[in-house]
Amino acid sequence: MARRITYMQAINEALRQEMERDESVVVFGEDNVGGTGAPGEDDAWGGVMGVTKGLYPHFPDRVIDTPISESAFIGAAAGAACSGLRPVAELMFVDFFGVCMDQIYNQAAKFRYMFGGKAVTPMVIRTMYGAGIRAAAQHSQSLYPIFTHIPGLKVVVPSNPYDAKGLMIASIRDDDPVIFFENKVLYTMEGEVPEEPYEIPLGEAEYVREGDDVTIVAIGRMVSMAEQAAEALSGEGIECEIVDPRTTSPLDEETIFESVENTGRLVVVDEANPRCSLATDIAARVAENCFDDLKAAPKMVTAPHTPPPFSPTLEDLYVPDPERVAAAVREVTGAGARA
Amino acid sequence: MTEVAGAQELGKEQLLDAYRTMRTIREFEERLHVEFATGEIPGFVHLYAGEEAIAAGVMAHLDADDYIASTHRGHGHAIAKGCDVKGMMKEIYGKADGLCHGKGGSMHIADLDKGMLGANGIVGGGPPLVCGVGLSAKVRGTNQVAVSFTGDGGSNQGTTLESMNLAAVWDLPVVFVIENNGYAEATSTNFSTKGLDIAKRADGFGIPGVVVDGHDFFAVYEAAGEAIRRAREGGGPSLIECKVNRYYGHFEGDAQTYRAPNEVENIRQEKDCLMLFRQRVTSAGLVEDGELDRIDEEVKQLIDESVEEGKASPEPGEEYLLTDVYVSY
Repeated sequence: MARRITYMQAINEALRQEMERDESVVVFGEDNVGGTGAPGEDDAWGGVMGVTKGLYPHFPDRVIDTPISESAFIGAAAGAACSGLRPVAELMFVDFFGVCMDQIYNQAAKFRYMFGGKAVTPMVIRTMYGAGIRAAAQHSQSLYPIFTHIPGLKVVVPSNPYDAKGLMIASIRDDDPVIFFENKVLYTMEGEVPEEPYEIPLGEAEYVREGDDVTIVAIGRMVSMAEQAAEALSGEGIECEIVDPRTTSPLDEETIFESVENTGRLVVVDEANPRCSLATDIAARVAENCFDDLKAAPKMVTAPHTPPPFSPTLEDLYVPDPERVAAAVREVTGAGARA
Repeated sequence: MTEVAGAQELGKEQLLDAYRTMRTIREFEERLHVEFATGEIPGFVHLYAGEEAIAAGVMAHLDADDYIASTHRGHGHAIAKGCDVKGMMKEIYGKADGLCHGKGGSMHIADLDKGMLGANGIVGGGPPLVCGVGLSAKVRGTNQVAVSFTGDGGSNQGTTLESMNLAAVWDLPVVFVIENNGYAEATSTNFSTKGLDIAKRADGFGIPGVVVDGHDFFAVYEAAGEAIRRAREGGGPSLIECKVNRYYGHFEGDAQTYRAPNEVENIRQEKDCLMLFRQRVTSAGLVEDGELDRIDEEVKQLIDESVEEGKASPEPGEEYLLTDVYVSY
């Protein structure tokens, strides 16, 4: 039965249901219980944003606090995954990957290849990304392109509560290392989510909206920006097709190409910085594969090549918004000249 | 008859096994030293010769389903943990029938079926991994133990220090073995660790730490036995610092101009682990020279065959390039 819950509740429910189903699923990270060893309440925090809140009372042996030692516990996730567990480790903010990246890209991601196919490393790293809460340069980046670049990792970037639950369950059940990007602004987003467990396969994009004039590929929180833009543009007679890749590795190129073949125009909306990003990647793949179908050069709407600023005024300028998406669409459809 | 400390609980078979392990590692490494110089072996090779007593002394206490994580200098750990010697040699030659189908090489030699989580090309890469294995054993309720081997160089990595703390606070069945061979690449331990025993760092994490002579199989065997028993019985992690020497350079091709003249020669004559082992078990009347000589011959033949097969084994075909990146994609 579906009911309306938040993106955060959807992730929490996925974790709880998988922990119930499979005793090898363990959850750990900084303050994932919150309060271990302290004189007050147990389960005081459930993660810094409360995503894992309520799991500890159900699974006191499998929800575990860690010291602030990302190298040690992210590496421990890799070791645990190689020896019989399915760990879900929390890297609180993805900006912190700098202190544990070796364990992710040199260890977990490469085990299977380096060891000639013998290693199976079923681990999930949950991590928060994105600007919008005035958390400034070291707590606000959208770094999924860096992880997408690395062979051996899968990268999941859900845009809504329904997908968040289904993709989390699929990620936990997956036998490869998965980096699961949670957008901190979307945590409070509500949507219809079935109560029962379900999987959304990794590598399957979704048509969020159909239209014949232009394809908008949008990632994570940018999907809702694209939807708002599409709604406004519809009033101007421009019909946008929105494709949400849902996972950036594997990337469902087929669906993107299919849409571009239909519309002949592409706008990519990516909150990441513009160089070597998902936007450049998707634009390049489309240019290489759909060149003859294109009626206009692909357009990218991204954050600028700067760190995320602190000032609310500047941060709001940093994140792509529906107006910028709409402007890009008008440009590729030639409507800009008429406006 | 001389008393041999730590040998009481070892039967003759185990003594012979330990000797065979050490001799196999020595022969493997000495032979690689020769073969590498011919230019037939690709890449980097870091030899474990001189440190054999540590791998043999620790692994004598580990079961098949226990795990280890290793270092750049990982051949000895892999052999002692039961990895197939011929498969290892083929791997070092980069061949399709190698332990990792030629996709890992010397620095990533691994066999998870044997509980060998890999040599590691990253200094300090292993300690976090064994924390994970320890957590796995604890959550699944097994009595498995995980041991990480780290050099004196790796002992100064944040991962190692973080892992000791994590293992301590999570109370994990883990043993950290520091193989202090005096050099982190070309940098002396005298410079990089300010002259203190690395084992003393254990105090800071609230875990037991001891220093042992890494040339002495029986000393390592005894210290490792205590630490591994404690881990298996739920007593948490320990640190063992083994003071030892390496007979070759950081990697093959290292001219080792940073070492004193005759440094290695003197160690070979005074502290060689195989020599010490032989002296002690024969003078105590536990094993006869002839029995050890026979092992020497058998091992020599095994390594001869390994090199021969390593050279003759087929190269991996193009299809290997793209396989085993993911379980599914």
